[in-house]
Amino acid sequence: MRVGVITFPGSLDDRDAQRAVKLGGGEPVALWHGDHDLKNVDAIVLPGGFSYGDYLRAGAIAAHSPIMSEVIAAANGGMPVLGICNGFQILVESHLLPGGLVRNDHGDFVCRDQKLRVENTATAWSNGFKEDEEIIIPLKNGEGGYIADQDTLDRLEGEGQVVFRYLEVNPNGSANDIAGISNARGNVVGLMPHPEHATEAGFGPDTRAAMRSGTDGLTFFTSAISSLMANA
Amino acid sequence: MPIIVVEVMPKAEILDPQGKAVAGALVRLDKSEFTAVRIGKRFELTVDGPVTDELLAEAREIANDLLANTVIEDVIYVGEARPADDAQGA
Repeated sequence: MRVGVITFPGSLDDRDAQRAVKLGGGEPVALWHGDHDLKNVDAIVLPGGFSYGDYLRAGAIAAHSPIMSEVIAAANGGMPVLGICNGFQILVESHLLPGGLVRNDHGDFVCRDQKLRVENTATAWSNGFKEDEEIIIPLKNGEGGYIADQDTLDRLEGEGQVVFRYLEVNPNGSANDIAGISNARGNVVGLMPHPEHATEAGFGPDTRAAMRSGTDGLTFFTSAISSLMANA
Repeated sequence: MPIIVVEVMPKAEILDPQGKAVAGALVRLDKSEFTAVRIGKRFELTVDGPVTDELLAEAREIANDLLANTVIEDVIYVGEARPADDAQGA
């Protein structure tokens, strides 16, 4: 399965995401923000970083990149799309996901190994988890506070579109401790924590078992890749 | 060159951590008569010719599509720069 990873000016974790795709059993395909070409990929990852230096608003300028017209069309057609951190910000700025992301309520950049609960295992990127599974995924952001109006929050909660929720610590003031959400169809998922940084023992978050041993993030990628293969 | 000004503010119900930090500094400076601070953005769009209704309509469109994210912000002003705006820093 070909999984495209889009590089925007200021993307930082595009190579990590490509590596995670490979570790998940897929073929990573580098995509460029300035192209109008998805190179026949089967799924798309919008990686973390600071596209356009977070100028204007995080993700706002990247959301108007040439390739985003193809991404929006593919997402609306059902292709799995995962937005990680800055990628999540780009997804909300392109209105593929509802709500917005604002500066952390405490004003500081935060970097920690974050415990999450998986609350929806029916999305393209979470179907390999067990219901209510608790996972540890590294988190690093300055503008990760998820907000939406009350109607949108009620709808997300009611329809099960809150896919990941912060446990123990709300690191950025997100409404309802929301770490990640999906669209109604479940093919588009965005979250602030970085699953691509938890895919290989020795380089992942600390767990109770051992330092840097966490690989919970790998399941995001195997979820998408294995369900694409099953449907192929 | 004529300038069209667009002003954007965070929505009232959205926490504004920048404004909060400045308000905290005012308290430390003993200026506690200013009880709250909110920080918005001002864009200055330079145009070649006179500011027409069409240009203002176009400016309103980009204000809502790009300059502001209307989920978290409000566009509070779109118009030709006011006379007092002409002098820099006025």
